[in-house]
Amino acid sequence: MNRRHFIQRTGLATSALLLPSWSRAAAELASRDPLPGALKKRLADAALNAATARGASYVDVRIGRYLNQSVATREDRVQDVTNTESYGAGIRVIANGAWGFMATDQLTVDTIARAAEEAVAIAKANAILQTEPVVLAPQKGLGEVTWKTPIRRNPVEVPLAEKVELLLAANAAALKHGADFVNSQLFQVNEQKYFASTDGSYIDQDIHRIWPTFTVTAVDKQSGRFQTRNALSAPSGRGYDYLDANPAGKRAGVTPRYFDSYDIIEDATIAAEQARTKHSAKSVAPGQYDLVLDPSHLFLTIHESVGHATELDRVLGYEANFAGTSFATLDKWESKNFAYGNKLVNFVADRTQPGSLGAVGYDDEGVPAKEWMIIKDGILVDYQKTRDQAHILGQKESDGCSYAQSWADVQFQRMPNVSLQPGKTPLTVADMIKNVEKGIYILGRGSYSIDQQRYNFQFGGQLFYEIKNGEITGMLRDLAYQSNTQEFWNSCSAICDQRDYQLGGTFSDGKGQPSQASAVSHGSATTRFDKVNVINTARRI
Amino acid sequence: MALLTESEAQALLQKVLSFSKADECEASLVGGTSGNLRFARNTVSTSGGSDTLTLDIQSTFGKRTGRARINEFDDASLAKAVRQSEELARLAPENPEYVSFLGPQTYLEPKAFVDATAATTPAQRAEAVAKSIAVCNQEGLTGAGYLDDNASFVAVANTRGLRGYQRSTGVGFSITIRTKDAKGSGYGVSDFNDIRSLDTEAVTRTAARKAKLSAETRAIEPGKYTVILEPAASVDLIGHMVSAMNARNTDEGRSFLSKPGGGSRLGEKIMDERVNIHSDPMHPELPGNKWSFDGRPQSRVDWIKNGVVTSMAYSRYWARKQGLSGEGTPPVSGGGVIGSEIGAFEGISGLIMTGGTASLDELIKGVERGVLVTRMWYIRPVDPQTLLYTGLTRDGTFYVENGEIKYAIKNFRFNESPVIMLNNLEALGRPQRANACLIPPMVVRDFTFSSLSDAV
Repeated sequence: MNRRHFIQRTGLATSALLLPSWSRAAAELASRDPLPGALKKRLADAALNAATARGASYVDVRIGRYLNQSVATREDRVQDVTNTESYGAGIRVIANGAWGFMATDQLTVDTIARAAEEAVAIAKANAILQTEPVVLAPQKGLGEVTWKTPIRRNPVEVPLAEKVELLLAANAAALKHGADFVNSQLFQVNEQKYFASTDGSYIDQDIHRIWPTFTVTAVDKQSGRFQTRNALSAPSGRGYDYLDANPAGKRAGVTPRYFDSYDIIEDATIAAEQARTKHSAKSVAPGQYDLVLDPSHLFLTIHESVGHATELDRVLGYEANFAGTSFATLDKWESKNFAYGNKLVNFVADRTQPGSLGAVGYDDEGVPAKEWMIIKDGILVDYQKTRDQAHILGQKESDGCSYAQSWADVQFQRMPNVSLQPGKTPLTVADMIKNVEKGIYILGRGSYSIDQQRYNFQFGGQLFYEIKNGEITGMLRDLAYQSNTQEFWNSCSAICDQRDYQLGGTFSDGKGQPSQASAVSHGSATTRFDKVNVINTARRI
Repeated sequence: MALLTESEAQALLQKVLSFSKADECEASLVGGTSGNLRFARNTVSTSGGSDTLTLDIQSTFGKRTGRARINEFDDASLAKAVRQSEELARLAPENPEYVSFLGPQTYLEPKAFVDATAATTPAQRAEAVAKSIAVCNQEGLTGAGYLDDNASFVAVANTRGLRGYQRSTGVGFSITIRTKDAKGSGYGVSDFNDIRSLDTEAVTRTAARKAKLSAETRAIEPGKYTVILEPAASVDLIGHMVSAMNARNTDEGRSFLSKPGGGSRLGEKIMDERVNIHSDPMHPELPGNKWSFDGRPQSRVDWIKNGVVTSMAYSRYWARKQGLSGEGTPPVSGGGVIGSEIGAFEGISGLIMTGGTASLDELIKGVERGVLVTRMWYIRPVDPQTLLYTGLTRDGTFYVENGEIKYAIKNFRFNESPVIMLNNLEALGRPQRANACLIPPMVVRDFTFSSLSDAV
């Protein structure tokens, strides 16, 4: 049998291909050592030179190794352990004003050069269809630089037995405290990415993400009903140290809230009790309530209603057939007075925040990570952009929003961290709740749905507490809230201060055809929204 | 070219098994070629292709299992991958739910492979898309769409003597067309095994007509409406329902089929007696897979018959635990991705819901007052107990009065359970293929729209 390899080609502009993102798996002790920098530079130079010689006006090369692991358990048993390792290179070029892309998993000087030449051939073929040449915002060459996610304990180096033991201990705690069933998982990602471009940049990055999570289920056999409660953890741009259960990393409240450190055993214990309590919780009376939204919940509302709505490719129509477009159109931005929210509402986009899923040193087209305002004092002031989009807004610099899920996929515009800035006046959650007459306090990520232009949304949660005359009176169930993005952010009436600021996030945000996943965090402090429509979701079948 | 023949694939798999030192070893190959073309703003935005071959190896010692995946096929790499799966198996704890691999099986022979699709060239793709873009330009509309085709194979072999090989092809085309002022939007979608059945121009004309028709919308109050659901609108809800018909979850008391006091609703009538849903790998319009992920042969399964729950899906472990034949029960399908944010996540494929002979237009003629729904979007579970789902209408929503489309209306958010939806059935039309299922257009009363959306 001849050695077989895959070849993929993509053409213009933004997209991806339907290929396995982690194409080579290995056991726990597989090659952890990063590829030597000198070898990567030699390979990258081969591609840069080959494409330039064939007439490319711009070339970038991404050599990636992706080491991922997932561990899945239920109750007292391990269901699955999967390690994957993927290694290869993607070469993107501009020739005759058009994009071309080619990926290969055969990394020799000759094969990578041939792949680069093919990328040029594709770009030239596609140029015939191109109506406007690609215009890149300038990016100064950075020379040889490196960046690494600041982690204290590398998850790749933690023994499998330790991870299994922790998940099974969380399961045991849940079962002991009233759960009938518990499923727990640990996902870890390590992207070792080397980027080189004809701008003169050689960027070596070592990026880590981790996500411990579970679902506990409590069944009431008599009624035939069941209730669940999912983990309040956040997928995180941290190391295994996120799981160190450091008391300093959490906040007290009606239920423990985990900030910089996660205690999975404590959370599973309390989750089991809360799932059991949900059976006797009051079914919500539909109507208007003031909502107090914890960061573990609000992150997803931010993600859907602000993060996606301010992606420039959606605004321009490139995602119309799948993810949709956006209500935040260019005329609203040009007007400089579109009130996305009220004056309390400030959103910062960034790819720099420590502990966040979106944190990198440089994006996938060699642009240094930065932060910038998207919504300032409630007004839409900017979007999320890549190098080929900046000129559309008359700007001279990319925001560093380029990302590809693997070396095999072409990079395109993806969401940075988009976070709600905390309130400037001192305010705690307890003080916020004291001022609510008729409200609901919501924690955790639940059901979520939003329309294709990001107006109308509906969100559930994990925990719902009724607030009456400034006091929490008990747990509610069967509820979701519905609103309209602009109306919602204009109903924001108070934001807790910096002390309550916390990151939430999602591990696999999807976009593009074929779809690519990316990970992104959203920060906020606990925030109040007035008179939001709440529906009762109980049905009989 | 990674589309291996049966003998090439089996020779490779036998070589892999010859390297095994485990108690049991199973190896599978997935490979094939695919191509796609994406466009937006009436111009091509991406063209791509791939040629892949991947080997998965599962090794077991006692009840300890490890998996490895590789895409390199020289002898040294194959041996290394086998060793890696064995190494992981030794590190893994025992899984008390482990069931030994199956031995030799007899599989049906669905005709899922079409030479014409496998031979699709980039030029054909471009031509098909050019026809679509031409319609958009002629009509003064803006189109964004996606065409993809593939030819693939899967092969399996294990140390107990199981052997399997299957080839299949597929092509899909979808387009969203918007008016230049962005006030109207229409959708068209089509998928086949045989590319010769694909007519991108016809699909585009459907989407274009809906975009123009929906350019001026009126808002009507949310509430309960009779709806005419096109197959692309109902297919995901029906798919989610069938994929939730899992025996273990039901027996554990955490399914919509669980009964108070224990037990399941298997054998109970839970929806209108005209509802019949089955899967059949031998259906000529919807050829399916020969085997399930655990190697069991696929055959016809009646999930709902005359409104009665007639089957649930079992893993081999759970079937045995319940005293059933692990091999005689319908297999469990694969699941989705945890934490996925993507809209319209993948439902089950290969479902066939029988219907009548009426066309969509004939169904519309029979409706006094109602809402015609082209497509539903961002469908997400709200309550697994009742299978309540929420989502939105999209790309062509119309008010129907006295059997005619009167005007386009603003989109709605719905909160509805497919179980309630199929209980409130009024009429069924002629089934059409949508998202790799055969689903009839249908008229349903009292469908719950809970709020309005300004989205176009």
